Amino acid sequence: MASENPQHQDGSTQGATTGVVQGITANLLQVRVDKPVAQNEIGYVQVEDREQGHIELMGEVIKYGDGLASVQVFDSTRGIEVGTTVRFSTSLLEVTLGPGMLSKEYDGLQNDLRAIDGVFLKRGSRSRALDPDAEWAVKPLVANGDAVYAGDWLAESEENQLPHRVLAPLDLEGQWTVRSIIGEGRIKASEELAVLENGEGQTRSVSMIQRWPVKIPVRAHVDKPRPHRLLETGVRTMDTLHPMLEGGTGFIPGPFGSGKTVLQHAISKQADADIVIVAACGERANEVVEIFNEFPELDDPRTGRKLMERTIIIANTSNMPVAAREASVYTAMTIGEFYRQMGLRVLLLADSTSRWAQALREMSNRLEDLPGPDAFPMDLSATIANFYARAGTVVLRNGKKGAITFIGTVSPAGGNLKEPVTEATKKATRCFYALSQGRADSKRYPAVDPIQSYSKYLEYPEFLAYAEANLSDRYAEQAAEMKNVLLRGSEARDQINILGDDGVPLDYHVRFWRDELLDFAILQQDAFDDVDQMTPMQRQLDMAATVLDICREDFDFAGFEAVSAFYKDLINAFRQWNYAPLDSEEFARQRERIAKLVREQREGQTSDNTAPSTAADQPTASAS
Amino acid sequence: MHLRKTYTSIRQLTKATCTVQAEGVGNEELALVGGKLAQVVKLNGDRVTLQVFGGTEGLFTDTPVQFLGAAPSLHVGPDLIGRFFNAYGQPIDGGPAPEGEEREIGGPTVNPVRREQPHQLIATGIAGIDLNNTLVAGQKIPFFADADQPYNEVMATVALRAKADKIVLGGMGLTNDDYRYFRQRFESAGVLDRIVGFINTTEDPPVERLLVPDMALTAAEHFAVDHGEQVLVLLTDMTLYADALSIVANRMDQIPSKDSMPGSLYSDLARLYEKAAQFPDGGSITIIAVTTLSEGDITHAIPDNTGYITEGQLFLRQDSEVGKVIVDPFRSLSRLKQLVIGRQTREDHPQVMNAAVRLYADASNARTKRENGFDLTDYDERTLAFARGYARDILAVDVNLDTNSMLDKAWELFAQHFRPQELGIKENLIETYLPKVPAG
Ligand SMILES: Nc1ncnc2c1ncn2[C@@H]1O[C@H](COP(=O)(O)OP(=O)(O)OP(=O)(O)O)[C@@H](O)[C@H]1O
Ligand SMILES: [Mg+2]
Repeated sequence: MASENPQHQDGSTQGATTGVVQGITANLLQVRVDKPVAQNEIGYVQVEDREQGHIELMGEVIKYGDGLASVQVFDSTRGIEVGTTVRFSTSLLEVTLGPGMLSKEYDGLQNDLRAIDGVFLKRGSRSRALDPDAEWAVKPLVANGDAVYAGDWLAESEENQLPHRVLAPLDLEGQWTVRSIIGEGRIKASEELAVLENGEGQTRSVSMIQRWPVKIPVRAHVDKPRPHRLLETGVRTMDTLHPMLEGGTGFIPGPFGSGKTVLQHAISKQADADIVIVAACGERANEVVEIFNEFPELDDPRTGRKLMERTIIIANTSNMPVAAREASVYTAMTIGEFYRQMGLRVLLLADSTSRWAQALREMSNRLEDLPGPDAFPMDLSATIANFYARAGTVVLRNGKKGAITFIGTVSPAGGNLKEPVTEATKKATRCFYALSQGRADSKRYPAVDPIQSYSKYLEYPEFLAYAEANLSDRYAEQAAEMKNVLLRGSEARDQINILGDDGVPLDYHVRFWRDELLDFAILQQDAFDDVDQMTPMQRQLDMAATVLDICREDFDFAGFEAVSAFYKDLINAFRQWNYAPLDSEEFARQRERIAKLVREQREGQTSDNTAPSTAADQPTASAS
Repeated sequence: MHLRKTYTSIRQLTKATCTVQAEGVGNEELALVGGKLAQVVKLNGDRVTLQVFGGTEGLFTDTPVQFLGAAPSLHVGPDLIGRFFNAYGQPIDGGPAPEGEEREIGGPTVNPVRREQPHQLIATGIAGIDLNNTLVAGQKIPFFADADQPYNEVMATVALRAKADKIVLGGMGLTNDDYRYFRQRFESAGVLDRIVGFINTTEDPPVERLLVPDMALTAAEHFAVDHGEQVLVLLTDMTLYADALSIVANRMDQIPSKDSMPGSLYSDLARLYEKAAQFPDGGSITIIAVTTLSEGDITHAIPDNTGYITEGQLFLRQDSEVGKVIVDPFRSLSRLKQLVIGRQTREDHPQVMNAAVRLYADASNARTKRENGFDLTDYDERTLAFARGYARDILAVDVNLDTNSMLDKAWELFAQHFRPQELGIKENLIETYLPKVPAG
């Protein structure tokens, strides 16, 4: 219904339904209404604030029964009294879509945080999502008399050197005809750019700005094929072992402190995408500040432009209102759909989707809905599945493609993956990057558990064909081989732990150390080292081949200590190699050092592993 | 405060709440119920439910309820300095009531774009913190500790060494002995002119505790925002705070989630901890809290939610090999350390820190091996020897060193026990810092 009436004026609409507050529990109001309201309709609570005087607090209808609307308020309800007026807007919760959104920092309701004055966010503060008066250079893409449908490209502009297409209103039904279209030139975002007419003679004026209700998916494409292209992230454990694809879905569950946010930030900085939308959903403000600070300084590794120019941040930090937290992920997704419809490749990251689920839980508990497992709402699983389903690659009517890749984090209670949010998300996604407490504790970052984690895309023939043509003809084989090295290594480790170093055949030590080599050389990656943090695909393929060659070779060892000495030296050399910038002198030197270590071991020479002279207070060292 | 109408028709009484018939009442407004302070937690038509902080013992159905027209507040200003107050902000040290501007507690949140990235290192002299888990002004971090561990002592040490302009102590369910300990320690250190305390002891009603963190943080915001000061807020014990939340939630018939905690526990705690901030004009609020554990269980909802909110956590542990309390290098974490280490500290700091922790982990594997009756390799023995030196001379909380000395000591231990290749440290650092002759 919102789409019928997109022009609501900041809540102060007249003629719409008004209601009167009957009850308040935390941020949930019971509002008596005598005229119609809609599910998810937005209302504005008319509050007399002690400091600010008259303010309006935004809220959303989430339930209705017997003349009482349950309204969740996106703000503190302090001081609201029974009898307070609520004005309904006839709109659903909507975002404003148009040019000027890139590099903005929004709250969960798309208020531009920079445009709000003061250090503190006063209740009821609102600001415009984009500047309607900003001028943009546009070029028409259609002519008078052309037939257009919802989401078709009417004109083209440019924002931060990215193409920005002006879309026919996303809520158009059926075929419309272009009655007028602007010539090439400059135009204000809110000015009339085209007029459309449908078969019944209705006309529609179109500008660069439109609105869309966040909870309704944009469906203006003709096809949604399976993803097939690698989304290069520079994170080795992903690109080499558990690939994420453009238009794919994945999630990162892990206990607190295991590295979800660090991993997501790495992806957001390095991934090969046109637009990156980061939804900080109920997490720490300082983490968002880190993005605010870093992204304007950092270069996009592929285009050389500043990262911030391709980024939009939706910050609903953990201390911001819970209801707005629920909205924030939808706001982010809808903005993503808008850019996808322009034929761009969008990467959407949400940290953490568990906080969103908790917001749903808080509301459903207040509504006294029948609780499901762990007191989450019964339909949690469906809600999560529907949300992830909005991601994907689409084919537009003009044959062009756009994509939304979506990766969410999950914060399982107690770090236990058998909990409703993790389980529901597992069903809704194709990639699973499980962070392990053990790996994080031993600082093996990123703590992605290589055995538990998976990418179902490794089974997609369309991806395998792509990988063969564009990455390496042995890509999938290598990934499988590595997983095998890791599996055999962890079995060997278990046996060594049970039976002792001497109690197992030498081969077990070799297997264990091959696993360690792969772990240290490829899986572990220092997110804070300028070089190591991002490995280009070509270098990854090179590394994988080098490590696997060594893993395939059977060397002669005198005993298990010789095994560990050799692989430890190798690991050390690989680490130095990883820190060396690609194609630097150091890079060549370390590569040669690795080759030399291997050669020497093969030819039975011992390298210089002399132990340091034994210190005085260390009587046991010489015993073994 | 403007006193408003008095009502005498209490419709319902529970252990922590009462429901009265009244009109024109605002959500979260304060009231006096027979002289006891209470706060509106629910409105339903003319039924107003109040959470009575002192408990409802002795209230009658016709006890007068007087609404105060405002949410809880604190008078902020210089009068707070050197003083101790109860959960309502009333003096408990015999001094006069403070004067100053009245501020509602639990005020609005900082606009994230107006925050500054934390950047100022806080040195404590404790290596488990400065070396491995460096603190930064504007951070929020709890000690996760079992009840028998000396967390309050360590926290007081940290506070005294941290060079803060103001230290605000929020005590929740503090034993009288611990309250006296803090006062005495601050007094004998001669820093009372930098202290403000809000104290709820075990002798006070538990629900009163719910006001303590907001009182402490309102005072802290005054000093940090109005005066640009570095403020350190100590909150002990947040587990008892969360327990009080669950008492109220249960009385209000909310559906409990994990460990009978309210489903909103995450948001409730985050609202407080997120008050930690580095403000644009120099002031900062740093929160160091205590979350007591039950037998080390961090999967319980209280430490679990806390860990998801705070910027790391510090575990105390008795190192059995050297018999000293250390800050556990494995499970402790400061998430903001990378903002300062190797930048405000020496360049070798990050790599030395990681190498030492990795070798200490190898030692703990060796210990497990030994306990299982297996032979130890030469490497195992060397890691064990390293671990003893590391725990005794660097990590123990009673050692007080500056960061460079910690790093130098670590390099000495490296040289004593390991080959350079075993350290996994960048070669240029090894060349610069590793002592050439093993120290003897
Ligand atoms: N790849 C990495 N390289 C180096 N350090 C890392 C890496 N990943 C994580 N860390 C370390 O782990 C800490 C915690 O990581 P992070 O903040 O991402 O955890 P998280 O899983 O998001 O936790 P929470 O659920 O509490 O938000 C970081 O501050 C950093 O010190
Ligand atoms: Mg995180």
